Amino acid sequence: MAKQIYFEDVEAGSAVGPLEKNPTTQQLVKYAGASGDFYQIHYDKDFALANKLPGVILHGALKNAFLGQLMTDFAGEHGWVRKLGVQYRGMDQPGTKVICKGKVTKKYVDGADHLVDCEIWLENEKGEKTTPGTSTVMLPSRGAR
Amino acid sequence: MANKVVTDEVRKQQIGKTGEPRTYEVERGAIRRFAEAIGDPNPLFNDESKARKSRLGGMIAPPTFYRSMGSPIPQVQLPGMGAAFRGLDGGSDWEYLHPVRPGDRITVQSKLVDLRESEGRLGPMVFIVIETSYTNQFGELCATQRSTAIRY
Repeated sequence: MAKQIYFEDVEAGSAVGPLEKNPTTQQLVKYAGASGDFYQIHYDKDFALANKLPGVILHGALKNAFLGQLMTDFAGEHGWVRKLGVQYRGMDQPGTKVICKGKVTKKYVDGADHLVDCEIWLENEKGEKTTPGTSTVMLPSRGAR
Repeated sequence: MANKVVTDEVRKQQIGKTGEPRTYEVERGAIRRFAEAIGDPNPLFNDESKARKSRLGGMIAPPTFYRSMGSPIPQVQLPGMGAAFRGLDGGSDWEYLHPVRPGDRITVQSKLVDLRESEGRLGPMVFIVIETSYTNQFGELCATQRSTAIRY
């Protein structure tokens, strides 16, 4: 397991990630199979072009999963991802890398829970945020051990 | 401007409609295949022997594994929309309360919670908000998903 981060280690402005992903058409096929989303715009280039797309595009839900990985990596074994919200604003195509990033916007204690709110996003190689979102994670506290 | 599609009457008739619940048995192999498909090597989602030594005591599913458990969404009737419309997935908001483990039986049910309309470049755009609940065999609510679909 990776090194655990604690509530005391983060402040508003602390970076989350980055996590770089290099999706391929093969990954889109694997994701279609694993999720059951067989919409052809994600693996059939002719179908995608006929639907006025530039080619096959990433499943929004796959980008949601990448941002989920960003947050479960951040929370670590002793943390818990409580909320994860994403908005699909722009398309991404396989064959180019995408980068998941985030930053802490707020930390606070609610009862026994040590919570951290984050602004998160997935950006393309041009730095355009195609998939912005927010997340709340519970982190372990050194004081509460 | 009065709504053309999402009238007060349509809202009254449609909001609150639920889809048929569906129950899934979570297989360990399905969790691993999902983790592999999204390219997430976290031992909690892949390796029972390492996960067993963790705080969680065993493998769990990654947060968006619920995507593999589809459920019939409520049939939304929008008489002003016509039969030929295009659809878009606007995004999702998830809340996670309990982990999902191999062998769990998860019951999924969707509910229409909101309908909104705005005027788009190609005519009316309708925002359909669906809330989906994922409940395990112990009656614990494991997660909720609020997703927005756009029809235009």
